Amino acid sequence: MGYPHPSHPKEQPVLSKHFGDAGARTFDGWVKRGGYAGLKKALGMTRDQVIDEIKASGLRGRGGAGFPTGMKWSFMPKEVTKPHYLVCNADESEPGTFKDREIIRWTPHQLIEGCAIGAHAIGAERIYVYIRGEFTQEHKILVAAVEEAYKGGALGPSAFGSGRRIDLVVHRGAGAYICGEETAMMNSIEGRRGNPRIKPPFPAVAGLWASPTTINNVETLSAAGHIITHGAEWYKAFCVGNPKSTGTKLFSVCGHVQKPGNYEVVMGTPMRDLIFDMCGGMRPGRTLKAVIPGGSSVPIMTAAEIEGCAMDYEGIVAKGSMLGSGGMIVMDDSTDIVYQVMRLARFYAHESCAQCTQCREGTAWTTKILERILAGQGRREDLDLLLDLADNMTGKTICVLSDSCAAPVVSAIRKFPAEFDAYISRQKQPVMVTV
Amino acid sequence: MTQDLVTVTIDGLQVQVPKGTSIIEAAKQAGVLVPHYCYHPSLPSPAVCRMCLVEVEKAPKLMPACVTTVAEGQVVHTDSPQARKARTGVLEFLLINHPLDCPICDQAGECELQDYVFQEGQAGTRYGDYAKRYNPVEEFGPDVLYVANRCILCTRCVRFMDDVAGAPVLNVSERGDRAHIGIDEGQLLDHPWAGNVVDLCPVGSLISRDFLHKARAWDLDKTASVCTGCSQGCNVTLDTRDNLVVRIRPRANLEVNRHFICDTGRMNYRWMNRGDRIEAPLAREGGHHVATDWEPALARLGGLARKGGSVVLLASAGASVEALTQLRALAGQGRVTAAVQVPLAEQEEPLQGVSGLALRKERAPNADGARLVGYGTDWAGAVRAAAGADLVLLLDVTLTDAEAALVGGAAAVVVLGTTLEQVLPVAELVLPVTTVAEESGTFVNRDLRVQRFQQARTAPGMARPAWWVAAGAAGADLGSAAEAFAAAAATVPALGGVTYADLGLNGRAVQSPGRRADGVPA
Repeated sequence: MGYPHPSHPKEQPVLSKHFGDAGARTFDGWVKRGGYAGLKKALGMTRDQVIDEIKASGLRGRGGAGFPTGMKWSFMPKEVTKPHYLVCNADESEPGTFKDREIIRWTPHQLIEGCAIGAHAIGAERIYVYIRGEFTQEHKILVAAVEEAYKGGALGPSAFGSGRRIDLVVHRGAGAYICGEETAMMNSIEGRRGNPRIKPPFPAVAGLWASPTTINNVETLSAAGHIITHGAEWYKAFCVGNPKSTGTKLFSVCGHVQKPGNYEVVMGTPMRDLIFDMCGGMRPGRTLKAVIPGGSSVPIMTAAEIEGCAMDYEGIVAKGSMLGSGGMIVMDDSTDIVYQVMRLARFYAHESCAQCTQCREGTAWTTKILERILAGQGRREDLDLLLDLADNMTGKTICVLSDSCAAPVVSAIRKFPAEFDAYISRQKQPVMVTV
Repeated sequence: MTQDLVTVTIDGLQVQVPKGTSIIEAAKQAGVLVPHYCYHPSLPSPAVCRMCLVEVEKAPKLMPACVTTVAEGQVVHTDSPQARKARTGVLEFLLINHPLDCPICDQAGECELQDYVFQEGQAGTRYGDYAKRYNPVEEFGPDVLYVANRCILCTRCVRFMDDVAGAPVLNVSERGDRAHIGIDEGQLLDHPWAGNVVDLCPVGSLISRDFLHKARAWDLDKTASVCTGCSQGCNVTLDTRDNLVVRIRPRANLEVNRHFICDTGRMNYRWMNRGDRIEAPLAREGGHHVATDWEPALARLGGLARKGGSVVLLASAGASVEALTQLRALAGQGRVTAAVQVPLAEQEEPLQGVSGLALRKERAPNADGARLVGYGTDWAGAVRAAAGADLVLLLDVTLTDAEAALVGGAAAVVVLGTTLEQVLPVAELVLPVTTVAEESGTFVNRDLRVQRFQQARTAPGMARPAWWVAAGAAGADLGSAAEAFAAAAATVPALGGVTYADLGLNGRAVQSPGRRADGVPA
C-alpha cells in the first residue's frame, strides 16, 4: 500500500505496510493482517525475555533522542512496589513531522499492540497514550480502536487470557508543543501545567505520580510488535552497514519535493535516494538548497552536506545535524533562509513554557532580531548578537526547547551567511513579516 | 551525633557538609553566595531562574547549584569564566523586559536584580529599540499589588501559596515571554499569611500597599525584634525611618518561624508610633496630676511599696521578662496577687506547610514568660482583689471602665503606662514606660523559647523601661537591659544560668517542670 503515494521500491514498509488500507484499522482487520501475534507471543514471555529481544534488535527511540529502547525498559525496577506506567508520546508537534499521525490514522492497533508489549515488558498495568489535541480525527480512530481492543481481549484485566492486566487510557493534549517533552507530558497527564521537570529524578525512578514510568514514541512502540513477531534478528537485518542504527524509520518529507509524504526506509539509506528518487526530487527548474533532517529542532544541512549522508543516527550526526524525529524539511533555491529561520524561532518563542529565563526571554528576543533583519533594519552586529544569545541559550536550561531554537539559527548563520548579509547590507528588499 | 559528611571544594575553599546538601547551601558554608532568584531555603526548588549555574568539574555542562547535591571530592567553581558568562546572560535576559523604574520602585535598595546586576551585569543593553513587555498593575489582595512588568517569573510566590500556605491561588499564566503571574478567577490573595509573597519576591513585582512609597530601603534602620502579635514569638525586623516604625518583616529563625510571619503580625506596628504618650512622671498633688522628675517619683513609689500590706500587680502579657521580674520584686514578699492580661482570639491561623507555626490564640508575646516569673492569668480575679488592696501596680494595661472602678477601690494605685488612655485619675503616680520598640528585653514564647528584642526607636520624653522604674523604686542598681536580664535569670528558676550570649538573636528554649505537652505550663 502506501499513503499518499504507493510504496516506492526503495522503501521497506514495515510500519507503513498498511498505510492507506482502511481495512487495517479494525481489530479484526488487524488480526487478519497478522496483528496481535506479537502481543500474544510477548505475553507468553517473561519481562526480561521481551526486553532482551528488543535490546537484541537494536531498536532506538524514534522520537528524536535515539536512546536504545531495550535499555530504557530495563531501567524500570524489577520489583513492582509502586504502580508502573507506560506513557506513549503521541503528542507529535515537531514542525515537519507527521509520521505518528499516519500510524494512528491507519493502524491504531499496531500502536495498541506495541503499547501492550511495552507495558508487559516494564511491568506496567496502565498505559497513557498522550495524543496531540489537534489530532481530532486520529483521536476518534484511536479511541474506537481501544474500545475494540478491550472487546477483543487485547486489553483489560487479563490480556488475551494471560492474567496480565493491561489498561490503556487515551489522554488528549491541549495544544502545547512543550507537552511533547517527556517530563512536561507527565505533568500534563497529572493535571498540572505542562512544564518540564528537572532530572534527576529520572522517570524510571519517579515519573508519573512519582512512580516508575517509561515514555516511548508512537513509532518506537509500533515497531515492538513486529520485532517480537519476527524476532530481533529479522529486525536487525534492516541495516545498511551501521550496526548501531538498525530497523526501518519513517521519514516525513515536506517542503519543495515533488512528492512529499511519509517514507519508510532502512536505517542508513542515503539521503539523496530519499529526496531525489523516492520523493521525486525538486520541482522542475529548481535546485536543492537546504534540508532540516530531523524536525525543526536540529541544525540545517546544506545541499553539499546531503551528498553521501547516510540516514541513520550516526550518519546525520557525522554531517553536523541530527536524525531527530525524521521530520525532513526540504528547501529549494526559492527559499529565503532568513525568513524560514525567523518562522522557526517564532514557533519556539510561542511554545516556550516560560520556566527558564534563557528560553523565555531568549527565544522571543531571537525572533525580534530576525524580524528586524528581515525588515531591512538589521545591523552588522546582529549576527554576533544572535550567535551569543544562542550560546547563552544552549545547554543551560531544564529541557532542550531553548537549544532547539538556537540550533537552526546558529547553523543558518554559519552556513548561509550571504542570505543574512543581503538583508543587512540592504541589497535585498525588506520582507513584510506577517503572522 | 555522627552524620555522613562529604568534603567538597568550592572556589578553592574546602568545606564539609552533610550528605544531600545542595551546592548552593554548601557554598554558603564556604562563605560563597551563589547568585540566585528562584531558590529559597523555605520553598521547594524548581531550578528555573538558571541564575545559580556553576561549573562542577567533570560535569558535562553547568549545573544549577540549587538542585545539585554535593558529592565527595566534588570541585565547584562559582566564578569561572563559563559560570560568569551564564550568569551575565541570565541577567541580560531578565533585564530586557524589566523596566528601569528603580527610582520609583519600593524594592530599590533591597532588590536582588539590582544587586546582582550591579555586581556582575553589563553596563549597556544589547536589546536595542524594542518596547518592553507591558502588563498593567493588578490588585492581588487587600495588601498585595502585582507589578507584572517587573516580574522575573521566579515563581517563589506561586510556590509559597501552593506548598507552604496550601492555598494555591497564584499561577503562571500564559507561555513564553507573555508569561506572568496570574491569580485564579474569582480568588483573592487574602490568606492570613499571604503577605510573605512580598518578602519572597526578589524584585519589586509583589509589593505591599501598606508600605507603598513610604520609604526608600536605604533610609531604613533595621532592628532585630520579636513580634508581639501572639505567643508564637516570630522573629522580626523592625524597620524604622526617622524614629518611626514603618514596616515589620520576618527575620529568619528556622526553629520558630522559618522565614515567615503572618499578616496580623506584619501590620502590628502602628501603635508603636502613637503620639498620645505619657512623657513625664505624674504625681498626684491635691487632686491633680503634676509632672515631676524621676527621683521624687521613684522615691514615692518605693515608699508605697515598702508600706507592705496586700499588693496586686496587673500587667500586660506584652511586658518583658525583665519588667515583670522587677515589678514582682518591688511588690515584695507579702500578700501579692500578680496577673497578666492575655487577649484571646477565637481561633488559630496555622501556616500549613510549616509545622508548629501559627498565629496563636494567645495574642500576646510573653504570656509564658509571665507564667515563669510567677504571674497568674486569672485576670478577673486579680482585678477583684485589687478593689481591697493596699497597693495596685498597673503595667501597660488599658482597663475597662468597670475594671477601673474596681481598681479605684484600692488604697493606692500606681500606673506604669505608655499612652494617655492608661492614665487613671485616682492614680497616686503615673510613670511613663517604654514600648517593645523603645527598649531591649526578652520574651518567652509558647515553646518556652527565650528570645531577645532590641531597641528600635528612642523613647518619648522621659519614658523609661519598666524594669528600670521598678528597680529604681526598689533601690536595686540595674544599669542596662543585660543586667536586668541577668537579674531575672538569677531569680526565675526556668531561666537559671541563661545568659545574653546564649540567647544570641535567635533565642534558646528553656525547660520548666510541670509544663504540659501542648507547650502551656500547667
